[in-house]
Amino acid sequence: MKVKFGVVVFPGSNCDHDAYYSLKKVLGYDVNFLWHKDTDLQYSDIIILPGGFSYGDYLRTGAIARFSPIMNSVVSFAESGGFVLGICNGFQILLEAGLLPGVMIKNKSLQFVCKDVYLTVENNNTVFTKEINLNEKVKIPVAHGDGNYFADEKTLTELVENKQIVFRYSSKSGKIDETYNPNGSVMNIAGIINKRGNVLGMMPHPERACNTVLNKTDGALILNSLAHSILN
Amino acid sequence: MYKAKVLIKRRPSILDPQGKAVEKGAQHLGLKNISHTRIDKYIEFLVDVDDQKAAEEEVNLYCTKLLANPIMEDYEFELEPVLSSASKLEKV
Repeated sequence: MKVKFGVVVFPGSNCDHDAYYSLKKVLGYDVNFLWHKDTDLQYSDIIILPGGFSYGDYLRTGAIARFSPIMNSVVSFAESGGFVLGICNGFQILLEAGLLPGVMIKNKSLQFVCKDVYLTVENNNTVFTKEINLNEKVKIPVAHGDGNYFADEKTLTELVENKQIVFRYSSKSGKIDETYNPNGSVMNIAGIINKRGNVLGMMPHPERACNTVLNKTDGALILNSLAHSILN
Repeated sequence: MYKAKVLIKRRPSILDPQGKAVEKGAQHLGLKNISHTRIDKYIEFLVDVDDQKAAEEEVNLYCTKLLANPIMEDYEFELEPVLSSASKLEKV
């Protein structure tokens, strides 16, 4: 059996082809694009909500994309346990759709940030991270203007208690403080998972770190973990 | 028909980096008494129903489901009766 990924294409998505290329050409999985006006997930095993600027980021990032027809199918898919990975704008859409808790606001610096960052993996008992060691540091690039994750105290306590914080911005050696936080997110949060463990949102782009040519391959650990979780 | 005027404000606990940046501009202008600048959203639209209660319901739904994010924003609105284009035509 070959694992089949579905990459959703919203108007304004611009990392859909990066995801397609990495999954298909570099990692060798089956991939289909899923148009935002369709409702058919084409028997995808895993859904990717890619990065970009869906609907021009109007109103709030991800706010309008969540009403695309395809999102009804994605929400049902997630509710029935299907694996969904939201990257960057995809993470913002998952928050707006209520599939993950919290909100995303403008970077504290007000600058668009585009650079490689290190993430500490704080939970490797997930389908997204099972092939990474606990507390391992992975190098993955970020590229966003609105990546400043925020949630109220109650939500944060729950996230910590349920081990839902999967990735935090850190130094190469794992030091977690403001210096290594590219956007001002609360608790240096870079990626969170839902309680059930089948929906993950992250600001960094694993699909841009899959190719040895780019001298970055840690993103493949996440995409492969996911694919292998379908097979096992 | 009603004209809705909606004001959407972020909660005070939510950082507003845009307001902060603009306030720096105020300092450069030499304005020394400006503080707590917050940049929020003002949205106008028409609601084509005759009953005010029905209009309020629709505006509330629009605000809670799309215009505002209830996790970080509060909203308030006013409704102003306007003649619909249809009724204007009838009068002509």
